[in-house]
Amino acid sequence: MADTSGAPVLEATGLRKEFGGLVAVDDVSFRLRPGRSLAIVGASGSGKTTIARMIVGLERPTSGSIAACGHDRSRPARSARDRRRRGREVQIVFQDPYTSLDPRQDAEAAIDEVLRLHHGWPAGRRRARTAELTGLVGLDARQSRAMPRSLSGGQRQRVAIARALAADPAVLILDESVAALDVSIQAQILNLLADIRDQTHLSYILISHDLAVVRQLTDHTLVLHRGTVVERGPTARVLDHPQHPCTQRLRASVPRPGWKPARRGPPDTGKDAGPR
Amino acid sequence: MSDSPLLEVAGLTVRLSVNGAKLAVLRDVSLTVRPGEAVGLVGESGSGKSMTARAIDRLLPDRAEVQGSIRFGGADVSGLAGADLRRYRSQVAMIFQDPRAHVNPVRRVGDFMTEVLRTNFGVPAAQARRRAVDMLAQVGIEDGARRLRQYPHQMSGGMLQRVMIAAALLTGPRLLLADEPTTALDVSTQAEVMAILASLRRGSGLAMLFITHDLELAAATCDRTAVMYAGQIVEIRASALLHGDPLHPYTAALAAARPDIAQTAHRLRAIPGRPLSAFEAPAGECAFAPRCAYVRDICRAAVPGLVQLGGGVSRCARAGELRGHLQAAPGG
Repeated sequence: MADTSGAPVLEATGLRKEFGGLVAVDDVSFRLRPGRSLAIVGASGSGKTTIARMIVGLERPTSGSIAACGHDRSRPARSARDRRRRGREVQIVFQDPYTSLDPRQDAEAAIDEVLRLHHGWPAGRRRARTAELTGLVGLDARQSRAMPRSLSGGQRQRVAIARALAADPAVLILDESVAALDVSIQAQILNLLADIRDQTHLSYILISHDLAVVRQLTDHTLVLHRGTVVERGPTARVLDHPQHPCTQRLRASVPRPGWKPARRGPPDTGKDAGPR
Repeated sequence: MSDSPLLEVAGLTVRLSVNGAKLAVLRDVSLTVRPGEAVGLVGESGSGKSMTARAIDRLLPDRAEVQGSIRFGGADVSGLAGADLRRYRSQVAMIFQDPRAHVNPVRRVGDFMTEVLRTNFGVPAAQARRRAVDMLAQVGIEDGARRLRQYPHQMSGGMLQRVMIAAALLTGPRLLLADEPTTALDVSTQAEVMAILASLRRGSGLAMLFITHDLELAAATCDRTAVMYAGQIVEIRASALLHGDPLHPYTAALAAARPDIAQTAHRLRAIPGRPLSAFEAPAGECAFAPRCAYVRDICRAAVPGLVQLGGGVSRCARAGELRGHLQAAPGG
């Protein structure tokens, strides 16, 4: 079992991001403990991807702080060493497996590069770890030596996951990482992510608008609306008994037998809410 | 709903030339859509669902080799050209997954929306604009006159997809080919677009072929659903029966592979391997056999034909014997 009593591996406090005059993220706080998974859900433009980008350092928070493994990361890294340490704390897997890999690198080279950069191991040890990682994500020998262009979307996403794991991060951010995959492949990747978490105590942050995927992979959920947290709690409770009209609206938007999709209305009327 | 089909696709086989080789992309696809009916066309990558829509709208590449027939309102559409083809396409409108890839980014939305009316139907510009504003109101865009002056980049993805739907319906089509129109949208916007399509269809008797990778979405919104795999239709079924009484192991496996919003599964029932394209499928046997949990020798002996069963159609050699057992998938 994951250690749930330990210090948080990731902690965001009063996170805020403005673009010009526009507030994209407003006073968002959360903690993530080792081996746990947090979903961040919300409609397009609710700020979920901006939060992911601030955590990995692609955006700088306007105010508030982010710490991973006890180290602040809300300011730009001051040195290459600092930047590498941050890479060992948090890694990210993006949505599109077609644009997130170097087209001139096969899986083995992509993983080897990360191992060399982050761990500085000799070639023999890197080769052994590369074989372990490709095995863990289910890539065979041919696929491990194939260029991204000759791999399918699901295989590329496995490469992206293996490459992220090569840094041995404490937190893996999954930014819609299974959204573009075929249903039969999506199930394989979700099972793989659950296995990895069970084996390594890795923590996940899942950015998703697919509530069924959220249910499958996460234990806590945070619902964003226009940059602010409108509801949070255990994933099962948030999805089974949504309290906030925005959550109710998201929940009611999921297709199901006998579904009557709702036409636009202000989200705060609550008339689209499913049975409670 | 009349019983004579509006669209009738029979034995459609399409081969494309790729680097000198002829590759099959569709194999013996047969499908009907009745007036006013919504039919879902579901499949994974390479299944041929989009290619089927393209064939119906006569959008295949010039050198595509096409066998079989496509009839619309009783007339064969394969030989249509020039004005006849334009008239046909005004009856069979198409909307796509990515609206931004199908509009000219440097032209105003109004020019794009009214172009077909002005150029193909000779409708005066002012009248075409009035009709566009009316149609925008029907898809829930109230300030249509202002929107017509905007450029695509000034609109959100959901707004632009509603504009595309309005544009597609301006010529009064009888069939809408909707190719993953909500895949790029978030769930609430998807629900809204589906609601708009449903209310437009109720009002006008418009039939729809709804192409999607999402079995649940098709089942929730279409009267019947056809499931494609490797360029073939493997099942056609009343949507209400798809989840509870599937006729093909692939349909059952697809439904079982999706996570359930109501509960966390210990493990998802993933389908081993990956979806095949038509040209990768093994010859002379069931295309799904390599991934199927119910495979027997009979499945490898020949390509299964379509069998009628329980009001639906299945391309499984063991369909009759497996009926009622497909829900209890292995590992469950």
